[in-house]
Amino acid sequence: MAAVMTLEEIRSDLAWRKNLDKVFVVVGLVILLSCLGLLALLFFDLVRDGASRFGWDFLTQFPSRKAERAGILSAWVGTTMIMFVTALVALPVGVAAAIYLEEYAPKNWITGIIEINVTNLAGVPSIVYGLLALGLFVYTFGLGQSVLSAGLTLALLILPIVIVATRESLRAVPKAIREAAYGLGATRWEVTKDHVLPYSTGGILTGLILGLSRAIGETAPIITIGALSFIAFLPPSPVTGEFPFLSLEWLRSEFTAMPIQIFNWVSRPDQAFQANAAAAAAILLAMTLGMNAVAIWIRYRFRKKINW
Amino acid sequence: MNTTISPAATKPEAPALAVVMDERRATRATPAKAVAEKLDFWYGTNHALKDINLTIPENQVTALIGPSGCGKSTFLRCFNRMHDLQADTRYAGSITLHPENVNLVGKGVDPIEVRMRIGMVFQKPNPFPKTVFENVAYGLRLRGVGNRTELAERVEKALRGAAIWDEVKDRLADSALALSGGQMQRLCIARALATEPELLLFDEPTSALDPIATAKIEELITELRQRITILIVTHNMQQAARVSDYTAFMYLGELVEVDATSKIFTNPSKKATEDYITGRYG
Repeated sequence: MAAVMTLEEIRSDLAWRKNLDKVFVVVGLVILLSCLGLLALLFFDLVRDGASRFGWDFLTQFPSRKAERAGILSAWVGTTMIMFVTALVALPVGVAAAIYLEEYAPKNWITGIIEINVTNLAGVPSIVYGLLALGLFVYTFGLGQSVLSAGLTLALLILPIVIVATRESLRAVPKAIREAAYGLGATRWEVTKDHVLPYSTGGILTGLILGLSRAIGETAPIITIGALSFIAFLPPSPVTGEFPFLSLEWLRSEFTAMPIQIFNWVSRPDQAFQANAAAAAAILLAMTLGMNAVAIWIRYRFRKKINW
Repeated sequence: MNTTISPAATKPEAPALAVVMDERRATRATPAKAVAEKLDFWYGTNHALKDINLTIPENQVTALIGPSGCGKSTFLRCFNRMHDLQADTRYAGSITLHPENVNLVGKGVDPIEVRMRIGMVFQKPNPFPKTVFENVAYGLRLRGVGNRTELAERVEKALRGAAIWDEVKDRLADSALALSGGQMQRLCIARALATEPELLLFDEPTSALDPIATAKIEELITELRQRITILIVTHNMQQAARVSDYTAFMYLGELVEVDATSKIFTNPSKKATEDYITGRYG
């Protein structure tokens, strides 16, 4: 039987098919670079507009009615405290939920419904979480318009992200490793605690940090629960001079946060405040990128240690 | 411990093999360690094992051979109740472990209790991504051995038993993932040996290894049979001929024939066995 193509036909056909390959590379690169370029442009625009405001004073001063004296001290301290509460709540709850769903839950329709809903929760508009938190945390539980309420709200918001990321990294632990542990006589909890959890720490922490970097920019839910836009004091310090040296008073304190501060400045008619808003936005963006960088670094560290 | 490969292990010449087999035939009459009786097993509605009857003699190597999908691994995994990790699996009949006469697949018997007594080595080396020492120590830790000296002693004994001590004694604190494939598999054997199981299951332990690493594992299995009962699944008929005292041939979920290895490979009584070992299918 004759060959389907002659050598010449193969060569001209191959040249054409390889050209298609090149076209895809060019199209992909253009799209990728325009996305990255847009982000870079935004960032440089913010930095340029806010250039006059960067400096130690901007970080260490409270907001003020005079634009050139206003700073973001209460905003970044508030954001840091809220993120701390959010992480502290979302991590154990999210990881426990993921472990239950992945390792313990029987595969039936109830589990199926729970799983679908966890994924759906990630798509619920954040304002809805705000309304829920206003009714539940602020009024029903009487936690007030506090750092604690804000932290819990954002924890609720990122819970689906943490759960989904944790489940994925639990699932990445090979079946062979579980069988090895079971084969030695381990119980389900021992397999989880000694093997599955330690080997998926990288993925879990990455998920948490990506969740936090979403939460850090959320404005709607914390406005809803009553973040103040002008605060000229700091929450009480968590570390005190007297025994027991730790205080939880800061949890009950009123607060503001970075996005609220930016929103407040941007909506003022005075042009001088726009520079403040740009500078604060640049700092918030840098905080987000910094957290993502930490997530990438953690993932890299764990990948190097454990590679299946 | 001698870890060099004897020529007989790498090149199984026909006369040498026959001699080995004849020696073994002399040691035939040993008491039963485990007896499978009327064992059936289902994955959901798939009837994977049908009426299996097999006696595993103590301190001997019993090999399970047969074509892919014949149920040999499924049968092996009944012995440490690995199937219980999956939903919708069901056993019927019994596997009696002597001397206590416990039915391993009995409804009231806890699978974890079974796994505490019966060790397993898997198809692909599956060390934990922990240190060499922690890999071997894990089974001991599960059994509440906390004393450092005792742990160290038992770990060393297990590593020596698996013929890998000399290679890893200076690397006990290194990650087990840094070892070669053959070393990993011997580490997994050490991990299983550390808890001194009564019966050791091997599920195609050399299918992922090169011939030299395979020879080392086979030599090890031959040494281990002095003090432990071994059940091994293998795809490789030469391997079954080299390491086992008894061979069971399985086909389509049924046990076709079981006899002394030398008998199975020279004069099988069933046509199906003969067809398989002469390479007519499988």
